[in-house]
Amino acid sequence: MDNILVTKEVTKLYGKHLALNKVSLEIPKNSIYGLLGPNGAGKTTLIRIINQITYPDKGEVYFDGEPLKPKHISMIGYLPEERGLYKGMKVGEQALYLAQLKGLSKVEAKKRLMYWFERLDIGDWWNKKVQELSKGMAQKIQFIVTILHEPKLLIFDEPFSGFDPINANIIKDEILNLKEKGTSIIFSTHRMESVEELCEYIALIHQSEKILDGKLSDIKKAYKNNIFRVGLQAENVDLLLTEISDKFNISKVGIDPLENQLDFTIQIPANDSGEILAFFAKRSNINQFTEIIPSANEIFIQTIQDKDANE
Amino acid sequence: MNKLPIIIKREYLAKVRNKSFVIMTFLSPILMVGMVVLIAYLTKINDNQKRIIGVFNESDYFSNDFNTTESTSYVLFKDVSLQAAKDSTAHMGYYGLLHIPYEDELEKVAEHSYFYTKETPSSSVLEQLEHVFQARLRERRLQDMGVSSSEFAQMDKKYEINTETFEGEQNLKGVNEIKAIIGGGFGYLIMMFIIIYGGFVMRSVIEEKTSRIIEVIISSVKPFQLMMGKIIGTSLAGITQFAIWIVSATLLLFVAFAIFDIDPTTLNNGAEVTGGMAGNMMPSVPTPNQTIQAYAQELFKIPWAMLICFFVVYFILGYLIYSSIYAAIGAAVDNETDTQQFIFPIILPLMLAIYVGFFSVFSNPHGPIAVGFSLFPLTSPIVMLMRLPGGIGEGGVPVWELVVSILLLIVTFLGIVWFAAKIYRVGILMYGKKPTYKELFKWIKY
Repeated sequence: MDNILVTKEVTKLYGKHLALNKVSLEIPKNSIYGLLGPNGAGKTTLIRIINQITYPDKGEVYFDGEPLKPKHISMIGYLPEERGLYKGMKVGEQALYLAQLKGLSKVEAKKRLMYWFERLDIGDWWNKKVQELSKGMAQKIQFIVTILHEPKLLIFDEPFSGFDPINANIIKDEILNLKEKGTSIIFSTHRMESVEELCEYIALIHQSEKILDGKLSDIKKAYKNNIFRVGLQAENVDLLLTEISDKFNISKVGIDPLENQLDFTIQIPANDSGEILAFFAKRSNINQFTEIIPSANEIFIQTIQDKDANE
Repeated sequence: MNKLPIIIKREYLAKVRNKSFVIMTFLSPILMVGMVVLIAYLTKINDNQKRIIGVFNESDYFSNDFNTTESTSYVLFKDVSLQAAKDSTAHMGYYGLLHIPYEDELEKVAEHSYFYTKETPSSSVLEQLEHVFQARLRERRLQDMGVSSSEFAQMDKKYEINTETFEGEQNLKGVNEIKAIIGGGFGYLIMMFIIIYGGFVMRSVIEEKTSRIIEVIISSVKPFQLMMGKIIGTSLAGITQFAIWIVSATLLLFVAFAIFDIDPTTLNNGAEVTGGMAGNMMPSVPTPNQTIQAYAQELFKIPWAMLICFFVVYFILGYLIYSSIYAAIGAAVDNETDTQQFIFPIILPLMLAIYVGFFSVFSNPHGPIAVGFSLFPLTSPIVMLMRLPGGIGEGGVPVWELVVSILLLIVTFLGIVWFAAKIYRVGILMYGKKPTYKELFKWIKY
C-alpha cells in the first residue's frame, strides 16, 4: 500500500446543503499533500471526516489500507485552524492532558513533552498559565501537542497563522523533519508560497467538489503553455523588434535603448524551440530564454475561474 | 485506554481549583451561619423589649384584666384627669394610654374606650387589648343568657379529634406535613444542585467553544465521552462542595451557638426530643409531652435507609437528565447571554415540581396531582421524594407507581442524553450562529 489515506466518493450533507460531493482522494505515504480551496469549499468538512469528528453520508475512507475506524484516531494528529487552549490551565498540565487523551501514558507524555519543550526552547513555560502567553507562544504548544504522539498522518490546517516569520520558519523545518522521518502530512492553507515550498501533491476543492489533484510538478507541466520569456541584445533593437513581431506573436515588450536590450514574452509551438532560437541567435545575443511555469497561485485562481465560467 | 476518567479528573480539578469555587465553598457557610445567628440574636433582642401601656380605668369593669405579661406591662392611673394621664404617659415614654370611661353598661364602656398613642399602634398590641374587651363582652352576654362563667370555661375547652389507621396505629395531625417537609428538603436539594451545577456544566461547554479548544479535544475523544466526563466531573465537584458545606456549617453552628450563648431549642421547638420513647401510648388525651414523643416516634418510623437510597437514585437520574440538557444548550450557543431563551423551559418543570410539591403533596400525598407529577419524569425526582417519607406499599406510595416512575425516568434519561449528545456534537463545532429551536431540531438529523 502506497497510500496512507484514500477517500472514495465521499459525500456529506448538512440538511439540504451539500458539503462534499463525491470527493475521491489518494494521499501517498511519506509526502506532503496540499489540500487547497477557497473558503467554504468543504476542506474542513473533509478533514473532520478524516478525524472521525463527523461521518460521511456516502463513500468510504481507508486509512493505511483498512476502513477508517476509531482505533485510527491515535494514529492521526490534527492541528485545526480554529484552535485554542484552556485559558486558566497551566501549560504543562494542559499539554499532559491533551497528550493523555491521545492515548499516551502520563510518564511517556511527560518525557516527550520535556524533549519538545527543550527543542523548541520553551522549557520555562511549563508552569505558566495559557492566558499569560502570546498567540504565537500558544501556537507552539498546540503544534507540540499535535505531533507528540508520533502519528502516522498529520493534518495541519493553516499551521503558520499567528507565527512571526522566524518561528514560522522553525515550524516549517520541523514539518519537513517529520516528513523525513516517514510521516505523511496533509497541509491545508491559503498561502500559496508555502504550498510551492512544501507540497509534492495537491488537491483543489471548490464548491464541494474536487476539481484538480495530482503531483504538483505534473500539474504545473499540464498548465504550462509553451510560453517563454526572452531577453535579447542587439545593436538596433527597434529593427529587431519589427522583424520579430512580423514573424511571431509576442507580448509584454520592454525596450532599453541604452543597454540595447529587448525583452518580450513569446508563445511558440510545441517542440519547436530550436528553430526560433536559431532565428534569434543569428540576429542577437540571447541572454534569457526561460519557459514560464505557472505558480500554484496562478493555477489555483485559473482553475477556479475556469470552473466558475463554465457554470 | 479509557479516556473518560482522564476527562472527569480534569473537569473536577478545573472546577475545584477555580478561585470563585474556593471562595464560594468557604464563604457560604460563614454567611449562612452568620444569617442564622443574626436572626436568632435579633429575635432575642425583640423579645426582650417590653412595652409599657398606661391604663386609666374610670369604669367598674376590667379591674383585674390587665395583667403584666412577658412582652407588655400595664401601669394603672387613678384619680387624675384624662389630660394629666395623657401627659404623663407621653412624658414617661410609655407605649400608649388606654382610657376606659365610666358608663352604666359594659357595652357603652367598650364603645367609648380609647387607646391613645404617639404613633399608629402595632396590630399585635391592638389585638391584645381587643381580646380583653371581647372576652368580657362575651362573658357578659352569656351571663345575660344564664350561663355561668364556670360553665362557659367548660364549654370553651379545645377539642381535637383522635385519629387512627385501620391497623390501630395512632395517627397524628401534621405528620403528613412533617414527612412532606423532609421529602421536600431532599427535593429542594436536588433542584438547587441541578440549577447550580447544570449552570456550571453549561458555562464550561461555552468556555471550550469560545476558547476553540473543542476541536482539538474532539479529534481525540468522542463528543459523548467529553460531555459525560464534564457532567460527572462537575457533579463530583458539586458533591465535594456540598460535603464541605454540611460539615463546616454544622461545626460553625455549634461554635456560634456556644459563643453567643443561644439555646438552639429556641429555633426549633421540640425537635430535640430523641430518647425515651413511651412504650405504651394511651390513645386518649395525649399530654403535650406525649404528643412530642409521638411525633418523634413518627420521625423514627420514617424509613430513612429507603429514603436515602431513592434519593440517590432520583438524584443521579434527575441530575443527568437536566445537566445533559444544560450541556446541549451550552453547545448550541456562542455566549452566555444567548442562553436565556433556552434556560427558561428547563427551570419551568423544576419550579413547577417544587410548587406542586409544596401545595399539593403536603395536603394530600396520594392525590391525583401528586401521583401524576411523581410519575412525570421531569418532575418526579422532586415530587416523588416528597411522597416517599410516607413509606412504600400500604399507606405509602404504591409499588407500581414507584416502579413506573423510575422506569419512565430511565427511559427519559436515555432519550434526553441521546438527544442532547446529538445537539452537543453538532453545536460545539458551530460558531457565530444564534440557533433557533427549529435549527436545533434539524441538527438531530445531521
